Amino acid sequence: MTTPLHIGFIPLVDASALIIAVDKGFAAAEGLDVTLVREVSWSNVRDKLNIGMFDAAHLLAPVAIASSLGLGHVKVPIVAPFNLGLNGNAITVSPALHAAIMAEIDGDALDPMTTALALARVVAKRRKSGADPLTFGMTFPFSTHNYQLRFWMAAGGVDPDEDVRLVVLPPPYMVDSLANGQVDAFCVGAPWNSIAVDLGIGHILHFVSDILVRAAEKVLAVRQSWSEKNPQVVAALTRAAAKAADFIERPENRPEAAQILARPERIGVDAEVIQRTLDGRLKISPDGARRESSRYLLVGREGAGRPDPAQAAWLYAQMVRWGQTPMRPDALRTAMAVFRPDLYDAAMGHSAAAPEASGAIGAFVGPAFDPDDIAGHLAAFKIGHWKP
Amino acid sequence: MSAESSPKIVIVDESPIRAAILEEGLREAGFTGVVHISEMQSLLARIYALDPDVILIDLENPSRDVLEQMFQVSRAVRRPIAMFVDQSDAASIQASVEAGVSAYIVDGLKKERIKPILDLCISRFNAFAKLQDELDRTKSALEERKVIDRAKGILMKVKGLTEEEAYVLMRSTAMREKKKIGEIAQSILTASELLK
Repeated sequence: MTTPLHIGFIPLVDASALIIAVDKGFAAAEGLDVTLVREVSWSNVRDKLNIGMFDAAHLLAPVAIASSLGLGHVKVPIVAPFNLGLNGNAITVSPALHAAIMAEIDGDALDPMTTALALARVVAKRRKSGADPLTFGMTFPFSTHNYQLRFWMAAGGVDPDEDVRLVVLPPPYMVDSLANGQVDAFCVGAPWNSIAVDLGIGHILHFVSDILVRAAEKVLAVRQSWSEKNPQVVAALTRAAAKAADFIERPENRPEAAQILARPERIGVDAEVIQRTLDGRLKISPDGARRESSRYLLVGREGAGRPDPAQAAWLYAQMVRWGQTPMRPDALRTAMAVFRPDLYDAAMGHSAAAPEASGAIGAFVGPAFDPDDIAGHLAAFKIGHWKP
Repeated sequence: MSAESSPKIVIVDESPIRAAILEEGLREAGFTGVVHISEMQSLLARIYALDPDVILIDLENPSRDVLEQMFQVSRAVRRPIAMFVDQSDAASIQASVEAGVSAYIVDGLKKERIKPILDLCISRFNAFAKLQDELDRTKSALEERKVIDRAKGILMKVKGLTEEEAYVLMRSTAMREKKKIGEIAQSILTASELLK
């Protein structure tokens, strides 16, 4: 007997484990008959998951937390038995902003502190000359992209709410918006950074892995109530995604995976661009300069698939830092309970080695993240909009 | 307060026909302040300039995420905006998502004043979807008709049949193979192309 499931996704490379689970038959082997539904907005994915039109979804990790806390929308508790990806985002800037930052840079351009300080000088000069503030695009108010951009620029002294503009842009509009000057930079997942570089209108300034060593990006999300009623299905889906992630991580499978993902009804961009992302070999400048990173996007390796509650705590801390919600111990517990390593372990029949708590995030600045002392952690950062 | 007279409603929809259907319905129901935005560039700036009480957006529109930003207190606009759908409105959310539309309500407009707008919106969206469906079906029926006529012509020419006999042959083949007559007709066209 097979279980029919409807699962929503946004066409991004970090949906790979989900797409491959379905298209390579890992889901069918687990007795699941999955219909993947390609969506156009995170709001749609969230709402359709909330009301039960989707059984599961490829979801921004912070949206799963916001939904469980009732932030920004209806409160529907969500759980994540599988983490679909760590890292995978990049910050891309226009050629003009790139030149301005490089003119101010004092040190290694791969060091995010160096670029953040240079950005602060660019921002100060613009203010002095009466120029409009710089505009940065990101994908959603409750998004890793929003928090990663803020974390980076605030480290250099740029207040993301006062000194620049942060605007939400749907990923497919990012590249056009950079080309026509609506935004000066953006933070988005693959493939959009590479597409901007290929078109010669953007430079990749940072991989998010420069800013955070391990950053939970998208999760496989299900309603908590549904997971309690269907534990076997949740376990089967988790196993299917984990097997797909293992498949993708084997270099010899990458060309095939990229071909599948490139189909128009899936991600719908060139297989070559997708493979670049999976391999962590990105063209970062229109002149053809490349950069390799073993940490660009982790689909399953290094225990990436196992949800880590410390990641949820870090995301919650960002919501608090930027004034999206007040700091409350019960809310922190709720947020951490969204990430369910226990469901992962139950599905896999074993416990994958959890990363050291102190090394879970690995931010380039500030003290090691401690989920038990978020107030103390946030106090270490000068810029922020929260009240202790 | 203007919201007490007739709330200002903005429709964000790239489909001009659907927007027109909705706009007409709203006007008929006495909502006179309706503005349609079809251009997604600088969407938030346009919306802030119009200062609406209600924003309606179709779910096929990626710019829906842009509207979610309105809930964040930002530097540009310090005015709090809340969505009308709260915990008690699960049925409304369900109905609107299924119809393919979402409503964003600026704080200050009373909830009971929103309900008729959203209901009207849902029924017009559903009506449009039905219309679209009928149109698609008519189109494909017309296409099928054409294919069957051409296949009939081929059978008449190749096998020397009358129009009636050609049709009966296709129909009986379709029944025997448990296929649609349109599929049989298409196979005949494909085969005759190959055998040219």
